[in-house]
Amino acid sequence: MSLRITFITAGRILRQLLNDRRTMVLILAMPSLLIALISAIMDSSPQVFNSVGLILLAFFPFMMMFMITSITLLRERTGGTLERLMTTPTRKLDLVGGYAIAFGVAAASQTAIAATVAYAFLGLETAGPAWAVFLIAIAASLFGMALGLFVSAFATTEFQAIQFMPVFVVPQLLLCGLIWPRDQMAGWLQGVSDVLPVTYAVKALTEVQVNTETTAAMWGDLSIVAAAVLVATALGAATLRRRTN
Amino acid sequence: MPPTPATAIAVDDLVVDRGGQPVLRSVSTRIAAGSVTGLLGPSGSGKTTFIRAVVGTQKVRSGTVEVLGHPAGSKPLRSRVAYVTQDASIYRDLSVKANVAYFAALYGRSRSEAMAAIERVGMGDHAHNLAGNLSGGQKTRTSLACALVIEPEVLVLDEPTVGLDPVIREELWDQFRALAKQGATLLVSSHVMDEADRCDRLLLLREGRFIADDTPADLRAATGTANLEAAFLHLIRELEKAN
Repeated sequence: MSLRITFITAGRILRQLLNDRRTMVLILAMPSLLIALISAIMDSSPQVFNSVGLILLAFFPFMMMFMITSITLLRERTGGTLERLMTTPTRKLDLVGGYAIAFGVAAASQTAIAATVAYAFLGLETAGPAWAVFLIAIAASLFGMALGLFVSAFATTEFQAIQFMPVFVVPQLLLCGLIWPRDQMAGWLQGVSDVLPVTYAVKALTEVQVNTETTAAMWGDLSIVAAAVLVATALGAATLRRRTN
Repeated sequence: MPPTPATAIAVDDLVVDRGGQPVLRSVSTRIAAGSVTGLLGPSGSGKTTFIRAVVGTQKVRSGTVEVLGHPAGSKPLRSRVAYVTQDASIYRDLSVKANVAYFAALYGRSRSEAMAAIERVGMGDHAHNLAGNLSGGQKTRTSLACALVIEPEVLVLDEPTVGLDPVIREELWDQFRALAKQGATLLVSSHVMDEADRCDRLLLLREGRFIADDTPADLRAATGTANLEAAFLHLIRELEKAN
């Protein structure tokens, strides 16, 4: 892996994002607006918003990274640029690292804005520190990126890539404990929930919610998310083939 | 037989299948360093597959492809061989300059070298335009600039002149000749016969086999024809008679 090429690649991907003003606005503003909407919906129950709003702070970057990574990587695959890159000194990990840095920066900006809005204007409260929420949100977003990278190999059109959202993103949203407590789900469904990485991001957030200091349980959950990022990245990198038919 | 130093590309008994169908049926050739070789044939004859095998992005069933003494696509070649795909492989949401500067940077080349490459393909006036807004020919030239900027020892181009203005086409061919004169090896595919005369050597590909591997002059002499289009036809008829 070459750090120089990784950063050159990240720079190129960020420049592509910056050139697309409309996408930039959507990435930066949408999560804040949606969290504000949720806060207004739950106007009479600030306690519920405290847990739902917090989970959404991590879920939006996960979802966004999944979407933009699967679409941009699909473009690289179908537009011939991936094949071209594979004939240059760029290695697979340089490319994946470039994506992680570029979209990581995008996710961090998005989360910073959404968290500021939630804490400062929507009355979101957590016992633990905001930086821990930020860290968990970044880990979740990197998992979204790695999953999107992997999934892009199975789509041949952007239309198909969008259809992967309900397959890979929605179940994690339904089962992570956001809409229904995990311990009240059917037993087998709890088992499914246990193997979905977003579940652990949510568990880590719950730790921050109730404890003033970061806990060992939070770090444990965060490491599971980090491990999932590594596994999904390895799987995704394996789908980048130098030689194809 | 190991390639002699003067051989830039050595292909031996290359067989490629795609989707269970044979695309290349045991082709072999030697391409000399510092030459321009034209790869000609109708669409569907296997030109792109052959080119992808040379740059090492094509899965092959059997046979060997060596470039500059290394297996095609291997690590030492990635900074010495440049590939221009048939459809311009550039980023539509980046400007011409950003595209060329990106590929330049991957090879440690500067932005001023990128600008020089853009000027060489006649895209200087469009350097700040988004690639997605360019015409087909302009996209092709941008894609070409991304390859020229690294001053490759081997330049592989898949139909680089399709849809180009005759003046630009003329200029590009002059550049290809100039590059070869400086020692670069060029492999250029085309389905336009009038470009064949600009090549040092021609590979005529039909249905996955080379039906000729010769200089334009020798090809004309051997077939007793005045132009290469007629020579190609003559060879096909001969083959059909033989079958």
